[in-house]
Amino acid sequence: MVAACTLAVLGTLVPLGDDAASSAATDRGPAARAGYAAATDDAACTGPVRSLDPAKGSVDGAAVARIKAHGKLVVGVDQNSYLWGFRDPATGDFAGFDIDIVKAIAKDILGDENAVQYLTVPTAGRIDAIKSHKVDMVVRTMTVNCERAADVAFSTAYFTAGQQILTADPAITGFDDSLNGKRVCTATGSTGDDELKKGAHGATVVPVDNQLDCLVLLQLREADAVFTDNALGAGQAAQDPNVHLAGHPVTSEPYGVAMNLADTDLVRRVNKVLAAYRTDGRWTASYNHWLQPHLPGMKPPAPLYQ
Amino acid sequence: MTHTPTGHQVPDVRSGAGIPAPRGTAPQPTSVTPAGRSAWAEQSARLRAAATTEPGRLRIIGAALALLVIAFGAVTAWQVDNRARAADNVVEHSAPLSATAAEIHRSLADADATVTGGFLVGGQPPQSVSEQYQRDIDNATKLITQAAATSGGSAQARAQIAALNKQLPQYVSLVATAQADNRVGLPVGGAYLRYANTQMRKEGGLLDTADKLYTIENARLASDYEHAKALPYASWALGVVALGVLVWAQRRHYRRTNRVFNRGMLAATAASAVVLLWLAAGHTVARMELKNSSAHGARSVQVLNNARILVLQARGDENLTLVARGSGDKYIKSYDQGMTTLAGADPKGVGGELAQALRLADNDAGRAPVQDAIADVRTWRARHTAERKSDDDGDYTTAVAEVIGGKDSSGKAVPASATTGSSFDAVDDSLGKAIDHEQQEFNDAANSGRDALTLLPLGAAVLAVLGALAALFGIGRRLSEYR
Repeated sequence: MVAACTLAVLGTLVPLGDDAASSAATDRGPAARAGYAAATDDAACTGPVRSLDPAKGSVDGAAVARIKAHGKLVVGVDQNSYLWGFRDPATGDFAGFDIDIVKAIAKDILGDENAVQYLTVPTAGRIDAIKSHKVDMVVRTMTVNCERAADVAFSTAYFTAGQQILTADPAITGFDDSLNGKRVCTATGSTGDDELKKGAHGATVVPVDNQLDCLVLLQLREADAVFTDNALGAGQAAQDPNVHLAGHPVTSEPYGVAMNLADTDLVRRVNKVLAAYRTDGRWTASYNHWLQPHLPGMKPPAPLYQ
Repeated sequence: MTHTPTGHQVPDVRSGAGIPAPRGTAPQPTSVTPAGRSAWAEQSARLRAAATTEPGRLRIIGAALALLVIAFGAVTAWQVDNRARAADNVVEHSAPLSATAAEIHRSLADADATVTGGFLVGGQPPQSVSEQYQRDIDNATKLITQAAATSGGSAQARAQIAALNKQLPQYVSLVATAQADNRVGLPVGGAYLRYANTQMRKEGGLLDTADKLYTIENARLASDYEHAKALPYASWALGVVALGVLVWAQRRHYRRTNRVFNRGMLAATAASAVVLLWLAAGHTVARMELKNSSAHGARSVQVLNNARILVLQARGDENLTLVARGSGDKYIKSYDQGMTTLAGADPKGVGGELAQALRLADNDAGRAPVQDAIADVRTWRARHTAERKSDDDGDYTTAVAEVIGGKDSSGKAVPASATTGSSFDAVDDSLGKAIDHEQQEFNDAANSGRDALTLLPLGAAVLAVLGALAALFGIGRRLSEYR
């Protein structure tokens, strides 16, 4: 923990929210939250996690050679986050903002954006899959934070999400007192759940297992608003033109590509790909295709290197 | 024969009973009094006075004998008729109602398992899935209406039927939304499906309500069994008393007259004995057959029905684990629990409901389908373990292929016969056969039980009337000797 967190040099305290995918999970127990507390209490790790600079080391070492020898990039993804990583029910293929990034990395390393073996990893199994080299990387709306940086290496952030209110009710203006007397749905154990416990602005919390269940309750009028990661909120808004994200995000959660701590050349390689991806228009094209209509006004986050 | 007639008007029970007077003497026109209770009431005072004389005593004995034999016959007819009615209820009402409730339960669980399977196929669900789902819903709707029409006055049953009627359209509408969303590629379709499944399975939901209805109908079945099997103590007691008094009267007759036989009383004794024997034999046979139908039929059918529901739920869980895509832990747990209840904790062993069904099956024809089901469940569990490993390893495509068939992630086709789906179909099929077999055994035994009682009430009534007439005739013969 200490070794990893020395990576963090400076920065203000960023609320360490959990990532989108685990908001969707059902199995986050007290252990996960205890870890969260330990990370935030650690004086050595208080800022954004910084990644390896591609200009300061090899981008074509042992890890990249291993992938080339295998001929396929093995990537842990989600198949349950609409717009990010999901199976298009019509084709059965993976698609989404995360998947576009996977394809860009595969194209750079192997010259073929389809040279990818997708493995669907459950939220709880992500870090183990990386540590055991079952996957080369995980691209799965995974929030970069100090606690996780002790176990896995993160790329620079490729998106910044945050907890936000989603609603169809024009009287609700965001995560504020307009929620008074309303029913707010959130996934049990998610960051949204934690925030609501700190202060719910007079709202009644409706807990569910999976964030997408909230959209069902919203449509059946068993809830008035959903409090979730805006990345997933955009996914819900995309499935129902009557709902929209309201107000501003309450937290700031950078998403990064997670890799094995030993694969430093791969981390630099991915950062190199992301640097180009952000600036050559591909990031914007993917953003405009998947997210912009429901999550407008976003820019690629600036990379933070060590 | 030493007494002479007293000369006062003697009420002649013979003419009241319409028996030709012996020795051709004409009946007294003023003495027309019906035998039995009313005669007893009207004449009691005079009879008490007459009890000091032998003809008076004879009249009292005659009336008592006729009354006892008639009472014996009437009580036997009444008690056996009650039991025959209860046996008839078992065959005609409570057993079919119990079967209807079980079939409602099965149709609903099958609809849920079927529709979840359809979600594993991308885009439009296959026609076979849509048809099967529709059949299940139609069947459930039809049977709920049928149950409503036949459930009689049971308020409990009516409450469950009302709940089913209310919830089924809601479930169908949720599934329709899920399918419409899935069709246009919205993942919320999967969430709607899981929501519909929750509504189906929650406490007070469709399956729970159908199960309660089944329990209520089974309780009614058990109660009808109890009524049909209840021992007719009153009939036995009256029969024994009637025979005892007849024997006493004949002994008295022999002592006073030195005649061994009084034909009338002898005929009455024979009639009473026949009724008593018929009662004992008929009801014992009925009891045995009903007990048989209850133990081997109804109980087996209940255990098998439970097993079938568990199978359907396990299939739904297996499908939903994949539909939930990485967040299906609760379905994994539910599958494991269901399988343990169904077939025991050991995936290679025999336990749970299936082991019980095997114990209850009383012949090879009954055991064979249960043994098939046990073998298929074992295969299913082994395949399921492999499928879970594929999914846990991140190979969703292969996992789906192992559940419903199709191509795995390496493009190799998984034949339909090697899927968990084919194991599920085989188990469901075998259990269906086992249920049909046990239902047949039940019907046969219950019918024999009912048939054993069919003629008894009428027979007891006719024999009792004949017996009473014979007793009166016998006493009348003796009485005429005093004229």
